[in-house]
Amino acid sequence: MLENIRLAFQGIWSHKMRSVLTMLGIIIGIAAIIAISSTITGTNEKIKSQLVGSGKNTMEVQLYEGGYPYTIYDSSMIPNGIPVVSDSTLSSIKDLKEVESVTAYCSRYLSESINYGSVTISDLYMYGVDDNYFETCGYVIRTGRDFLQEDYDQFRKVLILDEDAGRTLFNEENPLGQVLEIRGVPFTVVGIAAEAQKYQPEIESVEDYNIYYENSTNGLMFIPKASWPILFNYDEPENVVVKAVSTDDMTRAGKKTADILNKTITDTKSEITYAAADLQGQVKSLQEMQNTTNIQLIWIAGISLLVGGIGVMNIMLVSVTERTSEIGLKKALGARRGTILAQFLTEAAVLTSLGGVLGVFAGIGAAQVIHRILGIAVGISIPATVIAVVMSTAIGLLFGLLPSVKASDMDPIEALRRE
Amino acid sequence: MILRLDHIYKDYVQGRLVVPALIDVSLHVEEGEYVAIMGPSGSGKSTLMNIVGCLDRATSGTYELAGKNVTGLSDKELAALRLNNLGFVFQNFQLLPRQSALENVCLPLIYAGVRRKERVGRAKEALERVGLGDRISFNPTQLSGGQKQRVAIARAMVNRPKILLADEPTGALDSKSSAQLMDLFSELNSEGVTILMITHAPDIAERAQRIVDIFDGRISERGRNAE
Repeated sequence: MLENIRLAFQGIWSHKMRSVLTMLGIIIGIAAIIAISSTITGTNEKIKSQLVGSGKNTMEVQLYEGGYPYTIYDSSMIPNGIPVVSDSTLSSIKDLKEVESVTAYCSRYLSESINYGSVTISDLYMYGVDDNYFETCGYVIRTGRDFLQEDYDQFRKVLILDEDAGRTLFNEENPLGQVLEIRGVPFTVVGIAAEAQKYQPEIESVEDYNIYYENSTNGLMFIPKASWPILFNYDEPENVVVKAVSTDDMTRAGKKTADILNKTITDTKSEITYAAADLQGQVKSLQEMQNTTNIQLIWIAGISLLVGGIGVMNIMLVSVTERTSEIGLKKALGARRGTILAQFLTEAAVLTSLGGVLGVFAGIGAAQVIHRILGIAVGISIPATVIAVVMSTAIGLLFGLLPSVKASDMDPIEALRRE
Repeated sequence: MILRLDHIYKDYVQGRLVVPALIDVSLHVEEGEYVAIMGPSGSGKSTLMNIVGCLDRATSGTYELAGKNVTGLSDKELAALRLNNLGFVFQNFQLLPRQSALENVCLPLIYAGVRRKERVGRAKEALERVGLGDRISFNPTQLSGGQKQRVAIARAMVNRPKILLADEPTGALDSKSSAQLMDLFSELNSEGVTILMITHAPDIAERAQRIVDIFDGRISERGRNAE
């Protein structure tokens, strides 16, 4: 076998020009497949990271009513039978193996606007958070300080703004220590929070816009959860954010968390229940859309592989005819039918495999060119590469079969007589 | 008796015409004999050689090689028989042009499943035996006709067959190379190798112990040469 492979390489080397031309079909076919699959991989990873990951692996588990997120605008909308998330519920969520950290928070769309000097800002979201919130959701305190234990214990009226709200209200001024009135209650700004990794989705279509900017807002304001009733009088049902151990665990972490939370709902007929935002699902459907078009391209590339295979068969047939006397001699020397068959099959397989390997490199090169020129994200898919090479070997075996059988069936006398 | 052909007939069918190539050929060769087969072209000597060489099957008659009845063996068994019992030398050498002398000689050993290390050792030995120990890495194109034929003989003998079949071995050689080759054949014969050689050159045939004439598919024994 090794001997056959060595001989095959020798044969390919001694007919360089012919070998390259024979391999060309295979090279082009494989290169096309690799280039296409690279753009698929690249695009998929981009979609995934944009929608889901951004490295945070966080998952919102919030209240839904009939498939839509349930937002509380005022006290009359507080649903019945949904209790505040207790510490024991939180710790049982924390114990899930998919969950790294968890936080529960109250939130509201703030219908009132906030004034500072001559600046007015509306469309704000209020968050009543616990001491896990910023870390779990990937926020860092850019200026000032985080909430302290005393803030929670003493129901302090302290406020942290996100960068958007901070910039709008205070512009260049130092926001720390400034007092803002929320629903008539003065709150002191102690810090500005920002997302650790600023995540800017690329908006390329209307769908993208809907996915990212449905809940667009002018800014966020955070207060200690303990101080929430000062503003809103009641304890309210909370939403939960879980940070999954890995991106792949996100869906499961979200589902399990929702299950635990739904068990705490006392009103069994409640139409408002907890559910995890199915980001992974959205990613999948987007990726599938992308894939179906690309898979059609792969079929087309497959046809070029087929043509390449026929080219290999053609050249192999010529080669068999050319080497008639060699075949006759080998048979006379005691080579069996199978030996000759194996020799020619190996030659075909080595030829196409080599073409496959060259095609992979050409494809990677082509993918880089596509990336440079069209700006499409590319990523090399290892399985696609392996499949491509295996496929090219298989093509060699398949299309080498007919010439090899022809060679092995040759009558040694006829073969030797011809010169 | 190492070769025993009894009443061998061989017919070729050309369209509706049946052309007899061998007619009632009986030939017995003892181990260690050196037999020359002489005849003009078209006399059937190549057909006879092909049948003896297990490359072709007789239409009728029986053929025993080294005590084994060849008639009715499968292709696979015939290949094994050629590999282990027969060595071929052809008029046009039939060396693989792109491979070195050593690799050419190695071929039968590959088919015999001999390991690479032993293979190379035995092939070198065979090349030294024919006086080409210093040419092992040469390609056939770099060798003279006589040297090529000696590589072919090394290849034929490397798997230690009992019988050497030579089809016009000197046909493409000058007289000096021919003489050297005949010396080599005689040496091999004296070492116990049975030789069956086709030729139409009387002086070459004279080197054999026995000369068998073949004409129009029939053979006739000329008798033994004086030693």
